[in-house]
Amino acid sequence: MKSIQSAGLTAINSIAAFGRAGLFLIHVMLHKPKSFSGAMNLLIKQIYSVGVLSLVIIVVSGLFIGMVLGLQGYTILAKFGSEQAVGQLLALTLLRELGPVVTALLFAGRACSALTAEIGLMKATEQLSSLEMMGVDPYRRIIAPRFIAGLICLPILCVIFSAVGVLGGEFVAVSWLQIHGGSFWSLMQQSVYFSTDVVNGIIKAFCFAIATTWIAVFQGYECEPTSEGIGKATTRTVVLGSLSILALDFILTAAMIGDF
Amino acid sequence: MKNKQLELMVGMFVILGFAALAYLAIQVSGLSGSSSKDVYQIQARFDDIGGLTERAKVSIAGVTVGEVDSIVLDKELYMALVTFNIYADVENIPTDSSFAILTNGLLGEKYVGVSIGAEEEYLTQGGEIYDTQSALVLENLISQFLFESTQGD
Repeated sequence: MKSIQSAGLTAINSIAAFGRAGLFLIHVMLHKPKSFSGAMNLLIKQIYSVGVLSLVIIVVSGLFIGMVLGLQGYTILAKFGSEQAVGQLLALTLLRELGPVVTALLFAGRACSALTAEIGLMKATEQLSSLEMMGVDPYRRIIAPRFIAGLICLPILCVIFSAVGVLGGEFVAVSWLQIHGGSFWSLMQQSVYFSTDVVNGIIKAFCFAIATTWIAVFQGYECEPTSEGIGKATTRTVVLGSLSILALDFILTAAMIGDF
Repeated sequence: MKNKQLELMVGMFVILGFAALAYLAIQVSGLSGSSSKDVYQIQARFDDIGGLTERAKVSIAGVTVGEVDSIVLDKELYMALVTFNIYADVENIPTDSSFAILTNGLLGEKYVGVSIGAEEEYLTQGGEIYDTQSALVLENLISQFLFESTQGD
């Protein structure tokens, strides 16, 4: 009896959390900024801390992932005598899957955890309630700029990741392993379509951005105002964010491949 | 001053993003103005298309002159009805040309090769090719080979 009751409680709690998160998102999206330039100022600060500061980890991991893909692809494809196809393999894996997914996972670990911790600490030190006391809306002042900055930054980071990855793979395959550069690029260009592969990757990144930053700001806003609570909320952000990225990726890929 | 620096960094970040997008568009996907070329459509019926897919290339003498637009089953004849988009600047394909489904290399993708005919009339929008060669299906080839080799005994 007890176990059934606790299962019911968990179900009710999680549905309630979903509802709160949905209302929270609507609140964030519906709060119009008072003045455009003030909002831009807040937004630019957040883009700097969320996007520009994540650039290093994105570029370095993109470079290495591209190089590893080039090396692995070369060793496997060389067995079939078609090592020129490395370019095709590299570009399609990066643009369709690895670019959006790895960027979003790194983003969840690097930027979203920081968002949760920051908002959580603001809540613990009662900065959010004092803002409210001063008549400043914390949704507008704190949450919305962070959320929108995440939406803007993740697609940009994803595009940069893919481009750097292709460059890294080209470095390994063409400069180091001596694949003919012309066939490397022409096979790549033949198989990659801008309107499907590149644009779909950006759409994926945008969906992941909505999911992870939403989770991050919501967990920060909802966290228990203690140091332990902030730690738990940060962990939850990374775990839930990563899981939702992987699950969303499956759904989006299935929808984009289509024809079933 | 500090705010200016911040704005500068964010601006550079956004520019970097657009540069990466341009790189992906031009160098990686080979996007140029020619991708939305003017085309005209022609049709052909094949007994067996093998692994031909939409967007497969149509080539004359190895040069790409169009691509496969759609593949549907012709329910009356039980044949594959393939519609091609041929680039408008290649307007002089004779009506008795032959379309064959070929394979690029041993394991490569399928494409459609055009052998030019001798007719003086040219294909136009909505034209149809009657001389087609189906894809080579390896199993049929092997069974034919086995059949012939047993006949020889």
